[in-house]
Amino acid sequence: MFDQFIQFLITGITVGSIYALVGLGFALIYNASDVVNFAQGEFVMIGAMSAIFLHMSGVPYFLAIIIAVLISMLVGMALEKLAIEQARNATVVTTIIITIGASIFLRGAALLIWGKDIYGFPPISGDDPIKIGNVTVLPQSLWIIAGTCVFVIGLRYFFQNTLIGKAILACSYNKKAAYLMGIEVKKMLLIAYGISALLGGIAGVLIAPITYMTYGAGVMLGLKGFCASILGGMGNSMGAVIGGLILGIVESLGAGFISSGYKDAISFFIILLVLFFKPTGLFGKSGMERV
Amino acid sequence: MRLLGLYVFLVISIGLGLLFPENYYVSVVGTTAFFNIILAVSLNLFMGYAGQISLGHAAFFGIGAYTSAVLTTSYGLHPLIALCIGAIITGILSFLLSKPILKLKGHYLAMATLGLGIIIHIILVQEEWLTGGPDGLSGIPVLQILGYDFDSDIEWYFLLAIIASATIWISLNLGESRMGRALRAIHGSEIASQTLGIDTSSAKAQVFILSAVITSIAGSLFVHQQAFISPDSCSFAFSVELVTMVVLGGLGSTFGAVFGALILTILPEILVHFEELEVLIYGAILMVIMIFLPKGVFVSFSELLEHLIKGRSHARRTTA
Repeated sequence: MFDQFIQFLITGITVGSIYALVGLGFALIYNASDVVNFAQGEFVMIGAMSAIFLHMSGVPYFLAIIIAVLISMLVGMALEKLAIEQARNATVVTTIIITIGASIFLRGAALLIWGKDIYGFPPISGDDPIKIGNVTVLPQSLWIIAGTCVFVIGLRYFFQNTLIGKAILACSYNKKAAYLMGIEVKKMLLIAYGISALLGGIAGVLIAPITYMTYGAGVMLGLKGFCASILGGMGNSMGAVIGGLILGIVESLGAGFISSGYKDAISFFIILLVLFFKPTGLFGKSGMERV
Repeated sequence: MRLLGLYVFLVISIGLGLLFPENYYVSVVGTTAFFNIILAVSLNLFMGYAGQISLGHAAFFGIGAYTSAVLTTSYGLHPLIALCIGAIITGILSFLLSKPILKLKGHYLAMATLGLGIIIHIILVQEEWLTGGPDGLSGIPVLQILGYDFDSDIEWYFLLAIIASATIWISLNLGESRMGRALRAIHGSEIASQTLGIDTSSAKAQVFILSAVITSIAGSLFVHQQAFISPDSCSFAFSVELVTMVVLGGLGSTFGAVFGALILTILPEILVHFEELEVLIYGAILMVIMIFLPKGVFVSFSELLEHLIKGRSHARRTTA
C-alpha cells in the first residue's frame, strides 16, 4: 500500500512537472498581455511532433530536440505578431476566440503535415526502469522533473537579474508606464510569447517518450495548464508551478486509488472547489508579485 | 418594428421549406441550422445580454439529450414527458450551480464552466450502464406530439423553424423587458447596476437558468431527431463552437447569434470539399474574422449600414 502510494506520487510529480511548464507558459502570456492563450497546448504538441519527425528523418537526437523547441518558439512569436498584436483592443471573449481559432489552425496544420497517426519518441537515457525497493522509476521521469526544476529556476533568474526580464516584468505591471520609461513594449510582448512557447515546446519533447503523441494531443495538456495556472492564482508563475504539481499528484493518486476513467474529472473537480471557495486561486493574493 | 426581423426569419424559413422540401441543403442542413440557432440565441441571453461567459453549455445540451434518451428507451416514457423531466433536471442543476458559479468573473468563470462541461462529459463516457459509454445510445423513438409522429426531415424542418422562431421571440422580448435592461446594465458595469438597486446576482441567475433550460430542451429534441446520442455531441469542442457562433455573429444581438449559427452550420458543409485542409481553414477563418471584426460579422455590418443610411440622409439635409 505504501509502496503503491510512493509509486503514484512519482507518476504524479512527473506529470505535474509537465502541467507546471505548460501553466508557467500560460501565466507568462497572461501577465504580459492579459490574454488567456488557448493555443498553449498546441505549442506542446508542435514541440513533440517536430522532435519526433526530425529524429525519424535522421537528425541526431539532441539536435532534433533543440530544433523542435525553436520551432515551437517561432510559432509562438508568429502567433503574437500575426494575431494578438493585430487585435490589440479586443475584449476578453474575443481574444479567447482568437486563441481558440489559433489552436484549431495549428492542429489543422499538424494534421496536414503529420497525419492522424500516433507516434512514440525514444527517451533521453534508455527504457530500463530504476528500482528502489519495490518502487520503479523511469529515467525519463527524472529528466522531466530535473528539466522542470532547471527551467523554473532559470526563468526566475531571467526575470530578476536580466534587463530584458525586468523589462517584461515592467510591462506586465503597467504597459503605459513601461512605454514611457523607454521600454519597447511590443518587442517585450514578442519575447514573452516566444519564451512561453519555448516552455511549451520543452514540455512537449520531455513528455513525448512517456506518452503517445498525435496532432490532437495538445488540447488536454493545454487545458491542464490552464487549470494549473488558475489553481495557483492567475498570473502567479510560482503558483502555476505549484498548481501543476498539485494537479499531477492528486490526479495520479485519484487514478490509482479511485478510478482511472475519472482521472481528468478529478482535476477539474478540484478546480471547481477552489474557484467556489477561494476564487483567486491558492496563491492569488492581491498585491502579490506577478510573473 | 421590434419583431420585424422575426417575421422576415419566419417567412424565409417557411418559404424555403415549402419551395424546396426535397433539397438536401434545405431539409438536412436547414434542420441543423435551426438547432444551432436555438442554441446560439439562448447562449446569447447569458453571454450577450448579461456579459458573462460559458464554456460548458454543451453539458446542458447533454443532460437534456441523455435524460430523454434514457427515459424513452429504458423506461418507455412519452418523449414530451421525458423532455420536460430533462428540462426540470437542468433547471434544478443550473439553479444550484448559479450561486457559486456566477460569483466568478472573466477567466475564472470561463474556467469554472469549462470544468463543469468536461466533468459532465466524462460522466457520460464513464457511466456505461446508464449512457452506453463512448458508443452512446441508439434506437431512440420518434417524437410524438398529439399523436402525430415526426419521422421525416422536412417535418423536423418545420417543427424546428417554429421552435427557433419562438426562441428568437423570447430573446427579442427579453431584451426589451425590465429584465433585459437590468442585464444590459450588468453588462455595462455590475457595480453601477448594484448601486441602482438591481439585484444583479438574481438577474444573472435567472438568465443563466433560462439559457440552460432552453439548451436542454434543444438537446432532448436533438436525440429524437437523430435517434442516436453519443458523448461526442456534448463535448468541450461543442461548447466552444456554441460560444463561437455567438461571438462570430456579434455579442448581445439576437440576430447576430442567428447569423453566427448560420455561418457555422454552412461553413463545414463548404469546407468538406477541401478535405485535409478543412480544420486549418476553419481555424484561420475564425481568427481572421475575430481580428478584423471583433464586434462580430452581423453587428459590424449592421452598424456600417446604419452609418451609411444616416450619413446619406445627413448629407441630403445639408445640400437641401
